[in-house]
Amino acid sequence: MIAPSLLVILLVAAYPIGYAIWLSLHEYSLIHQGLSRWVGFDNYSSALWGVESHAFWNAFKTTFLFTAISVTLELVLGLAMAMAMHQAFRGRAILRATVLVPWAILTVVTAMTWKTIFDPDLGFANTMLRALHLPGGHVVWLGQSGYALAVLVFADVWKTAPFMALLLLAGLQVIPEDVYDAAKVDGATTWQRFRRITLPLLTPAILVALIFRTLDALRVFDLPFVLTRGTNGTTTLSLEAQQTLVNNGVIGLGSALSVLTFATVMVVSFLYIRFVGGNIRALAD
Amino acid sequence: MSATALPEATSSTARRAQLPHVRFSSSWLLWLAVVLIMLFCLFPFYWLINTSLKTGSDLSSANLVPPHPNLHNYSSIFRNNDFVAALRNSAIISLTTTLIALVIGSFAAYALARLRIPMKFLLLAVILSITTFPPIAIAAPIFKLWTDLGLYNSYLGLILPDLTFTLPLTIYILTSFFRQIPRELEEAALVDGATYFQSFRKVVLPLAAPGLVTAGLLAFIFVWNELLFAITLTSSASRRPVPAAIAFFTGSSQFEIPLGTISAASVVVTVPLIVLVLIFQKRIVAGLTAGAVKG
Repeated sequence: MIAPSLLVILLVAAYPIGYAIWLSLHEYSLIHQGLSRWVGFDNYSSALWGVESHAFWNAFKTTFLFTAISVTLELVLGLAMAMAMHQAFRGRAILRATVLVPWAILTVVTAMTWKTIFDPDLGFANTMLRALHLPGGHVVWLGQSGYALAVLVFADVWKTAPFMALLLLAGLQVIPEDVYDAAKVDGATTWQRFRRITLPLLTPAILVALIFRTLDALRVFDLPFVLTRGTNGTTTLSLEAQQTLVNNGVIGLGSALSVLTFATVMVVSFLYIRFVGGNIRALAD
Repeated sequence: MSATALPEATSSTARRAQLPHVRFSSSWLLWLAVVLIMLFCLFPFYWLINTSLKTGSDLSSANLVPPHPNLHNYSSIFRNNDFVAALRNSAIISLTTTLIALVIGSFAAYALARLRIPMKFLLLAVILSITTFPPIAIAAPIFKLWTDLGLYNSYLGLILPDLTFTLPLTIYILTSFFRQIPRELEEAALVDGATYFQSFRKVVLPLAAPGLVTAGLLAFIFVWNELLFAITLTSSASRRPVPAAIAFFTGSSQFEIPLGTISAASVVVTVPLIVLVLIFQKRIVAGLTAGAVKG
């Protein structure tokens, strides 16, 4: 019964990865037809410290900077949203539905929306800033490095902080209420209850959510592709590899870049699997 | 839910009697937080709808309500052949991928949930880790393979790599759903003379319907959203799905910024998804957290 799935997985996951590694050891270009020769680790050395190393390490830096800032902001914002949603009050159902809206919107549409909002002439952001006589009304947000990455982070935080909130809310809901009652009886302040009860008991949920989001952020492609096409310091690892492959038709180097991206993400993925190992074992028993 | 609501209510009444001021300000803060969260989540999408209803010079105004609302942008995108083709392509690719993932995924999940299989832990770990692959890792070899095999710019050429991610996701979610179905029900069917396959089809599948809906929805949303394969493995509008079409949207002339029509197209492809997600919100949250928080 498991055979059809294993066959498909071998065909569409294992085989391509193996083939990617094989291709990455060749010089192969779509532009120069018929050229394909074994070059060993030349593609890797040119990506890591050769002619292409500047582009690779820039993409590497951008990806990690993007991941670090957006995942941190998502955690802080997601935790605040989860705490607010956890407080019992009327209208909670509406709030829970509302936070799913950004998650349900296509990433491409998210990017397009923020592109419209940050459009230098017609966008809402600049028009508002100009109308209120605030600084920044004439900034071309997507046209400058730094600002462009900030818009990228902003779009990502908007789309995924609510998702983070839902993951953390699930964690908050399993903390028994009487722990808080006991702390209140002992005279703990709200801050102490948060610091000494909520945070420690929520740590496993926070860690899983962090790893989960880090994995997603490291492979980011849609946002920079639509917002900037990688200009102004927004080329991420996935985008760099894709552009090398498609625009430049350099399959060997493109494969090497893909394999490097894959290896980077898999280090984090390994942590993730280690972390949810208990859940997997429960399923396997 | 109601069991915990009652003691919560009495304890907050007691607190209110003690410290009326603190209680008032914190509930005021809570409402402020709620309003901010709702604005944060909904405003950008509202802005998109707002833009889609504007035409001409209204587009350059930052009015929160369109001064002359009209559906011109909507009628124009449905007259755009590339966009209509993209809708059709996305529907075909997403539905086919979801169906294949559900059918062969449910077999595998059932086997993983019920049968004695060697190295089951390793299998599940590998399956879960595939869902974390960066799509670019398989885009390069598939790009090369498809050009060699003639699958470049075809439906099958997109369905297969989409299965790389949706099939493992489906298997993982369904395995946890199948495990929750009591074994006794199938054993009763087997005692009554049903075959393994019959007990799977007649007993397990109907009971696992919520799981199938969850897995199917998440698979569908994944494919509907997918951009990297969509632009790397297609070359013409006739096979391009929605995300690629929106990413490459151009106006009637190359230099016009088609803000209104892009917004209308974005609204059209997003609204069905939002409706689906809101209808099945409990299922989706449960499915998303299946691999993460729940044990």
